Amino acid sequence: MQRSYHTGRWLLFILSVVAVSVWVNLPGTTNVLGRDVGLRQGLDLQGGVQVLLEADLPPGQEVDSQDMRVARNIIENRVNGLGVTEPVVQLQGDRRIIVELPGIQDPDEAVNTIQATALLEFIAGHSNLQAGDVVYTTHQAGSMAFDVVDPALTSVQFETVMTGEALRDAGVDRDQMGQFAVAFRLKPEWAGFFEEYTGAHKGEFLTIVLDKQVISNAVIRDAIGEAGIISGGEGGFEYEDAQRLATQLRYGSLPIPLRVEGNTSIGPTLGQESVEASVRAGTIGVAIVLAFMVIYYRGPGVLAALALVIYALINLALYKFVPVTLTMPAITGFLLSTGMAVDANILVFERMKEELRDGRSLRSAIENAFGRAWTSIRDSNLSTLITCAILFYFGSNFGANMVKGFALTLALGVMINMFTAIMVTRTFMRLAVGWLGDWLKTHQWSLGI
Amino acid sequence: MFSIVERRRWFFLLSGMVILIGIVAMGYSVVTLDTHTPFPLGVDFQSGTRFVLWFQEPISEGAIRDVFARFDVTNPSVSRLGEEEDNTWQIRSEFMSAEDSQAVKAALASEAPIDDSKSEVDSVSPTVGAEVTRAAALAVFVAAVAILLFVVIAFRQVPNAFRYGACAIVAMMHDILVTMGFMAIAGLVMGWEADALFLTAMLTVIGFSVQDTIVVFDRIRENIPKRKNEAYETIVNRSILETLHRSLATQLNAVFVMIALLLFGGASIQQFIAVLLVGMVSGTYSSIFNAVPLLVAWEKGELPLLG
Repeated sequence: MQRSYHTGRWLLFILSVVAVSVWVNLPGTTNVLGRDVGLRQGLDLQGGVQVLLEADLPPGQEVDSQDMRVARNIIENRVNGLGVTEPVVQLQGDRRIIVELPGIQDPDEAVNTIQATALLEFIAGHSNLQAGDVVYTTHQAGSMAFDVVDPALTSVQFETVMTGEALRDAGVDRDQMGQFAVAFRLKPEWAGFFEEYTGAHKGEFLTIVLDKQVISNAVIRDAIGEAGIISGGEGGFEYEDAQRLATQLRYGSLPIPLRVEGNTSIGPTLGQESVEASVRAGTIGVAIVLAFMVIYYRGPGVLAALALVIYALINLALYKFVPVTLTMPAITGFLLSTGMAVDANILVFERMKEELRDGRSLRSAIENAFGRAWTSIRDSNLSTLITCAILFYFGSNFGANMVKGFALTLALGVMINMFTAIMVTRTFMRLAVGWLGDWLKTHQWSLGI
Repeated sequence: MFSIVERRRWFFLLSGMVILIGIVAMGYSVVTLDTHTPFPLGVDFQSGTRFVLWFQEPISEGAIRDVFARFDVTNPSVSRLGEEEDNTWQIRSEFMSAEDSQAVKAALASEAPIDDSKSEVDSVSPTVGAEVTRAAALAVFVAAVAILLFVVIAFRQVPNAFRYGACAIVAMMHDILVTMGFMAIAGLVMGWEADALFLTAMLTVIGFSVQDTIVVFDRIRENIPKRKNEAYETIVNRSILETLHRSLATQLNAVFVMIALLLFGGASIQQFIAVLLVGMVSGTYSSIFNAVPLLVAWEKGELPLLG
């Protein structure tokens, strides 16, 4: 009776996992635990531009990782200005940055945007402005590689008081309250002008804008001369925020020169055709596998097919939740893991037939089959997981993103497979034997024998 | 009981011949190709710029070459993709900056309009191409060592556990060589180029190869304590036969899927699937007919230099 109790509990667990997966996969579900769960397609599937940048320093010279992170953040800000959905800006290794812009066609435009010198402005702001807002300012220097601001969209044109040129230095400090703040110093030739301006505008807002995007908004408390301080309001800044703001002030432009090492542009229809081809291929592949299992293994095959459907559901839900960006290699990783999932079922069923031929009862044949097949499933899957870990490591540290996607979906699939091929199929088999035990004994064809 | 193990020399010979043909093809490619690689490399692994352009009107190869010549790009490789009425061309040249490649594309578009939504431009600088290739090779090497260690640990209660790991690696190398040989022949005969998908196919083949081998090894591990009176050779052969059903079922399943993918999967993945199919058949063959009989050969001291 102990066993049926466990089976019941497992069934409950399986059903809840399935319910959660189905819910995540429903097109209407967009947010799970605060995460956006849209399915992400890689550049090769949806089209766009990819640019690979490398620090333009002599090969032997070490690249400061802090500088690379700052450069990445600045590029991310600029790319966000392009209005692309889900851009990717990633550090790769210690001297490369990879930028992916879905939906963009012209690699030249992308490269210009990325390599532009960022424009830092101090503007006469307004209390409504918040970090992230895009503003329209009076400064319209020709150095801007792109113009993110559509004047028609913004009714107010803010006055540019001063640009980043005036700044000499910036760093993290503490204000009178002992909270973290950003201290800055101006070049001597600007100090007089700034003192005059701030003296005349006490109590008004002074806003710091990087590439037309607000990064900080503060009230002028006192006339500021050569040295000033930006404090973070009542709560003060977190140290990281102060550090970031200081870096943005210091390096309006990129802290490291970057050179374009490679670029790819893929037309959207081309990607769409790949998606259609792979979806069609995947559907056909899975249908054939299911048909094979049912025809070759009959009753157990039906249960295994059911477990495979659950397997696919959980995988898809995880892709949305993690999230996993789907590329052609990533889809291949999934198909391979599906193959391994089927293999696990085949191992168990072949073992079950052997045990039945040796004259065991149905119940003990099933239990033995799962027990004995487990070691080979475990060892072969573990070796695959080891390979995945190595591929993932290499994929993230060298210019081989596609390898990374492959390793990720394969590893996820293998882990889910350990659950579905063993626990789910076993639970289903136990239930089936419980309900149909006597009938199965007299109708052995249904077991594929 | 049918003995696979007894006929091992024939199976080794067959593998050797298939691999030899592949190596000859690879050697021929190394000598004849400009890149000196075992097979033609796609833009993912080799520096250069690749255009795949979908023209809306017919354009001649000469017209395309003329445009490239205007930009001082001498001798690009120009080839047609798909049917003649598709008007789709692939052009490979040396590495170009984004600015230059856009200028060339614009010049081509003035000869015949280009559908941007179906076109692709890909530039890889020399350092990146070489690095990806090296990283991939290194990854395969490290994975092989890790698998060797894993198998030795997983089979530690079996006598001579190291041999199992070594034989699994030999089978894996077999599959890598067969697949690369196939790629070399396809490169010579049909002009296939190894790209990122080829690398993915290789990784998949390696995964399946080890899986297949471990399944048979697992049965040997189980049978050794159960059948103390039988000779090692008999136990090994028995283990192959007992797992044969599973190997065939799994393989058959995979082959069905691949054939379906070949027929319906679309042109973009056909080369990939073909490589995968060859590699997986090789994977099953090498597990049953190489890795496992090799254990027996090793046991009997038939391997030179190894006791």
